[in-house]
Amino acid sequence: MKDSFGTSLERFLAHLKTYQPLIHELVSRDLKVKYRRSFLGYVWSILNPLLMMVLQTIIFSFMFRNDIPNYPLYLICGNTLFTFFNESANMGLTSIIYNAALIKKVYIPKFIFPLSRVVSSFVTMSFSLVAVLLVMLFTGSPLHWTILLFWVPLLFELLFCCGIALALSSLTVYFRDMQHLFSVLTLGWMYATPIFYPLEQLPGFAQTLMKFNPMYHYINLFRNLVMYGNIPGPNTWLACAVAGVGMLAIGLLVFRKLQRNFILYI
Amino acid sequence: MDPNTLPLVEVNDVSMRFNLAQEKTETLKEYVVKLLKGKLLFNEFYALKHVSFTVNRGEAVALIGRNGSGKSTMLKVIAGVMYPSTGSRVVRGTIAPMIELGAGFDMDLTARENIYLNGAVLGHDRAYMDEHFDSIIEFSELRDFIDVPVKNFSSGMIARLGFAIATEVRADLLVVDEVLAVGDFMFQQKCMKRLESMLADGTTLLFVSHDSNAVRKLCSRAIWLDHGDKRADGPADEVCTLYEEAMRSGKA
Repeated sequence: MKDSFGTSLERFLAHLKTYQPLIHELVSRDLKVKYRRSFLGYVWSILNPLLMMVLQTIIFSFMFRNDIPNYPLYLICGNTLFTFFNESANMGLTSIIYNAALIKKVYIPKFIFPLSRVVSSFVTMSFSLVAVLLVMLFTGSPLHWTILLFWVPLLFELLFCCGIALALSSLTVYFRDMQHLFSVLTLGWMYATPIFYPLEQLPGFAQTLMKFNPMYHYINLFRNLVMYGNIPGPNTWLACAVAGVGMLAIGLLVFRKLQRNFILYI
Repeated sequence: MDPNTLPLVEVNDVSMRFNLAQEKTETLKEYVVKLLKGKLLFNEFYALKHVSFTVNRGEAVALIGRNGSGKSTMLKVIAGVMYPSTGSRVVRGTIAPMIELGAGFDMDLTARENIYLNGAVLGHDRAYMDEHFDSIIEFSELRDFIDVPVKNFSSGMIARLGFAIATEVRADLLVVDEVLAVGDFMFQQKCMKRLESMLADGTTLLFVSHDSNAVRKLCSRAIWLDHGDKRADGPADEVCTLYEEAMRSGKA
């Protein structure tokens, strides 16, 4: 552990290549186990966000008033991206302690576990994009050419989630309380992100604060590209990129520092 | 220098310290209570004390000793699972660990799926496992149960599958920790035969066992660990005899 961040990044990438089959197996395990013995299987990845959207549309259109055009699409865009974050953070959090049996017996680069969880959630989200497309077609949303760029916010969000999962999984080994704390935190985070309300509804200071919420930027960029056919200014792109790369760097640093003593605590 | 002439495993002055108090401090309340009692800083326990040895390519070495003498800790240090508190360890090659059979299995998956998963844990891709799939099934004698979830297997069946996978995929160093005790007599014989033929092919073996007969049969050299100290290191027969005598006279 005396080597510099540069050489350990090099080793990280080399490990990533060697253990690519393992990530592949772990991801396919996650997906298989998730839908094992369920009647509809993978269809749930599409059906679940649709049902959620219908439910929320009913609640928020009838019980609370809002005047967002094409509200179902607005909702499902936000939900899809936030569910990916929520799932990868929560599954990543327990990834090290759940694989304790394996970590204690075989040498495997440990970052494989949080990373493969995030990739599993990413694959699930990719299925859910079909639901987004269905809603677009049903509601007759215009198909702008900017839709072709939809993967950019998702890619940056993937980096962000990898960073979060790496940091949380290693911290949880030392502070098991993270599990309980984080579920409350993500709930708060969800309400603090404009998923089912428009940003403009918030008071001025909250709108300024929102600039520090990476999830807002990802969802905002995604909606601009997919719903409004609008390419936002450079600040939005920059925010997405900086949050993604920055969080990944923090995650790697925290994980590298803490992983050495995992074995004594799991 | 040609890497093939260097020892496969080098263990240099390895000590392993466990902080017993630290391990149990998991909630704030316990931590505070222990802090007040002043129990936090001592309770150190050395599982290994300045142990050094080397293993050459093609050697079959046994680690013997009583429960809690540090054998499994030593294997974990060699396997790279644990970092030694002081000292260093070098392994110049790949390792196939059999520290606990089936450790890498997911109970919800079928035997077929677990073969690929466990292969990937040992660093092999799908194409490689496809090639070896049939002989793994053949050896484990589980052809009829190939699509059954592993959670429905008996412990003997899990041990068979784990042993078949770990010995099918080639590695420079095979690490075996008391895993032969699970299977029935016939399967134990089969496992011993396979280990012998692997040794004949030049695989290096690190073997942990209480069974002196198995050690004498498989290994040419034995290392006796006692409370973390290396008591003896030499020809398997001599060390086993020493160990047995010490046990009988109650000095171990």
